[in-house]
Amino acid sequence: MEKQAAGKQIYVPRKEDFVLLGNRDITTDANFASQSYWKGVFIHFFKNRRAVVGLVIITLIVFFAIFGPMMNSFGYKDIVSFRNEKNRKVVAKGISPRIPAIHKLLTGEEYDDSFAEYTFLFGTDDLGRDLWTRTWYGARVSLLIAFVTIIIDMIIGMSYGLISGYFGGMTDNIMQRFVEVANSVPRLVIVSVLAIFMPKGMGLVIVALLLTEWIGMSKIARAEMLKIKEQEYVLASRTLGARNGHIIFKEILPNTIGPIITQVMFSIPTAIFTEAFLSFVGVGIVLPECSVGTLIEDGFNNITTLPYQILPPIIVLALLMLGFNFIGDGLREALAPKLEDM
Amino acid sequence: MLKYVVKRIGMALITLLIIVFLLFILVRIMPGNPFPSERMSAEQIANKRAEMGLDDPILTQFARYMGNLLQGDFGKGTSLYNGAPIKTVLSTCISNSFRIGGIAILLGTAVGLLLGIVAALNRGRFMDGFCTVFSIIGVCVPSYVFLIFLQYNFSFKIPFFPYFFDPSRFLFSSVMPSVSLSLFTMSTIARFTRNEMVEVFDSDYVRLAESKGMYGRRLVTKHVLRNALIPIVTVLAPLVVDLLTGALVVEKIYGINGIGKLMVDAIAGEGIDYNYVLALGILYSALYIGIMLVVDILYGVLDPRIRVAAKGEEA
Amino acid sequence: MSEEAKTILDIKNLDISFRTNAGVVHAIRGVNLDLRKGETVAIVGESGSGKSVTMKAAMGLLDSNATVNSGEILYTFTDESGREQTVDLLKLPKKQLRQSINGQRIAMVFQDPMTSLDPTMTIGKQIMEGMFLHKGMSKEAAHARALELLTLVGITDPEKRFRNYPHQLSGGMRQRVVIAIALSADPDILICDEPTTALDVTIQAKILELIMDIQQKMKLSVIYITHDLGVVAKVADYVDVMYAGKIVEVGNVNEIFYKPKHPYTWGLLSAMPDMDTDDDRLYSIPGSPPNLLHEPEGDAFAARNQFALAIDEKLDPPLFKVSETHYAATWLLHPDAPPIEIPKELKARIARAQREVEKYL
Repeated sequence: MEKQAAGKQIYVPRKEDFVLLGNRDITTDANFASQSYWKGVFIHFFKNRRAVVGLVIITLIVFFAIFGPMMNSFGYKDIVSFRNEKNRKVVAKGISPRIPAIHKLLTGEEYDDSFAEYTFLFGTDDLGRDLWTRTWYGARVSLLIAFVTIIIDMIIGMSYGLISGYFGGMTDNIMQRFVEVANSVPRLVIVSVLAIFMPKGMGLVIVALLLTEWIGMSKIARAEMLKIKEQEYVLASRTLGARNGHIIFKEILPNTIGPIITQVMFSIPTAIFTEAFLSFVGVGIVLPECSVGTLIEDGFNNITTLPYQILPPIIVLALLMLGFNFIGDGLREALAPKLEDM
Repeated sequence: MLKYVVKRIGMALITLLIIVFLLFILVRIMPGNPFPSERMSAEQIANKRAEMGLDDPILTQFARYMGNLLQGDFGKGTSLYNGAPIKTVLSTCISNSFRIGGIAILLGTAVGLLLGIVAALNRGRFMDGFCTVFSIIGVCVPSYVFLIFLQYNFSFKIPFFPYFFDPSRFLFSSVMPSVSLSLFTMSTIARFTRNEMVEVFDSDYVRLAESKGMYGRRLVTKHVLRNALIPIVTVLAPLVVDLLTGALVVEKIYGINGIGKLMVDAIAGEGIDYNYVLALGILYSALYIGIMLVVDILYGVLDPRIRVAAKGEEA
Repeated sequence: MSEEAKTILDIKNLDISFRTNAGVVHAIRGVNLDLRKGETVAIVGESGSGKSVTMKAAMGLLDSNATVNSGEILYTFTDESGREQTVDLLKLPKKQLRQSINGQRIAMVFQDPMTSLDPTMTIGKQIMEGMFLHKGMSKEAAHARALELLTLVGITDPEKRFRNYPHQLSGGMRQRVVIAIALSADPDILICDEPTTALDVTIQAKILELIMDIQQKMKLSVIYITHDLGVVAKVADYVDVMYAGKIVEVGNVNEIFYKPKHPYTWGLLSAMPDMDTDDDRLYSIPGSPPNLLHEPEGDAFAARNQFALAIDEKLDPPLFKVSETHYAATWLLHPDAPPIEIPKELKARIARAQREVEKYL
């Protein structure tokens, strides 16, 4: 082995080595063999450990938010109860998390209450509702609100920013003054004014988010537009007589999509946070409907008696934040890789 | 520089005026009865409306409201606090919120900066990792969750701190809400400081300074810190606004009579108190715009690129 | 004359690699280079060939993910007591390197003047910093010296510029300031890393002339890092052609320009734009430099070399001696190699250029 390696190093050139290799293909570039931009982003993203962790977390939560509530027979609004021999209603109030089989395995005993055979992974709340079902149902509501509003915001913000940046001049000036004023109104003030006009509930949360989150997106879209507008290929396309609409949608939109998607990944957790906080305060989701925010509030109200109740929604909330932030970071790095990461 | 400041102040005032006007209009055209809790006959209501000037043209009403506002008079609440003057209620609440928020800002900024700097100087080592994990937790968990956690452990399980806010023991009972409020600021600033500093460390001008022979503490204080800290002012601004005003849930949980709780009472209670909504809306907007203004000016003072450019092009 | 021939910077067998997320990049693969007092050496190569990394190693400015595997960078200087000393810059602790070498002995001018000045500090302070650090000058003396330097680098109204911030100056002026900073502590060696690449063509020549002028006045030895052969022809005494982390050809300016031996140098020279060329297409070397993440076996240039030999794919060529000052690493110089001459078009160009030069002599 060693001999071989050594032999390789002091390879003695022989006469027949000195011949021209002649006409070979030397024009193809082996290093930068055509790798499309998006493929590069894709590869870079999946090489990032954190981004993958984020993606796994979000996938799991979305999976449970969709299928979790179906995994047992309890409805999210239903109070778990049955009638005993004396025909008295027995309600599963405030039962801490339990899996009878595991309990038996560990202690050799069975639960000695009326719900000895029931599995409550997260326990039940003070009214006797199954927290597993409620947690995932709440996560579903929160995610839905976030996705829907952010996608609408993305469309509004992008159109606004792209139009403002593309036309520039007076149009841009007026549109930016408007953004400035809109941006100077704290979100809470918008919520409070909305509360005058709208009933509390999911609608209020959605409208409040719609009115605030588009601004960030429009700023990014505008900045990207300004950056790209002066680049050669857009100029070229303009000299060729392309119309505004064509340039915006065919030339510029594909190039702004990256930073916008990154912003979306950061806006979704903001939306979830806002929803949770509005619901906690009492202007968001109204009982018996539930979301991550109302579940935390419920948990807080029962914290001295049922301390385990607050944990699942908090953990789900934190994991959602973590997951989306990781994905956002990963995307940002994948879209604009620094040299040292190459 | 002066011109720049005056221009900024002017812009801020105009923006604020527009917002106040919009708020006023929106609150005045609200649907339904402004006197929800009282049962009055149609005639009484009409009298009351006339007495409050609600039948005048909207611009007249606005002018009158602004006139009162400039004298510090916000009017009276329609349902909260039995119609006590809003000004009195506000002043107590503001003082509570600002004191707790202020402590949180100082704590968050100081510790955040320190953590960020230490992390950047020990890039890739233990402290850097610690700072990253810390700031991830701080950003992912809302402040009220921290408060709930603290309250459960240190007021309920181990009854050391008061379970609810107690104005007579202000500092002592501010510990838990201030600490939980500061965590978000702390982690945001730590993360930002670290990233800014790392970026500056990799910049060409630090390379040039090193090639001059600068190293160690001198390099950090003269070239790195200054350049890294200027942008931090901009992230600090929204954080300050959030803390001074957005401690909503924390105030509600800990029973602090602050403006956040006041806002919750005004919108989330049985009836909505329009006058409080208006007054708080103005207060929040003014604070927000005011702090943004201060940051803008501060940024100008700190960054010669803006300060000197504003003096007029010399080059 | 003998004084001038003294070697002051001697890089021996330098080998550097970088750890990256993708793997280890072997960026510098055994570089030898020397600089003699008062002379100008140019290191030429495509981007990524390792020319900047070599000089950054000498300045102690390598990124933290770099490892020096072997080699030494010997710097010889006369210390305060008049004794001659030689130190290995790679062995010197960073603190000592900064205190006693950087700025004071070896200074550097960077590529992009738009980013290499601290935006929050006045020009004057940035120039004086080096004087305070190394010379312990008083404020007044430093101020006077800074004004002198500003005048020396051709800045008018130095008193006013002294108080300016970088953003108030144009690119060319900023590069002059960067040069003034480099000169602030009277170095022996000036390393110029593509000092004109980021500047307007009209200003490029002025900056080059300025550096040459200062070199004369201050008796500096200069190292240019560049990919621009036009710059090389104008300023250099000696040229080192670098490819994929190795020096492939060394020689004095005439040897490199008129009698190049390495096919890569041929390629570089052919790729220079030329007014009189009969070709209506600009030549460019096919392909791109190898990715040093995967080190090629044999000669790194073989894959792009139209004159590659079979041996090139098996064994890296050593430096063959052409003359006392001229060496090239190509198997074509081996006695057994087929007789390959400089391509016809290039030969014609060189002859034309030579006639051109003779006309002016």
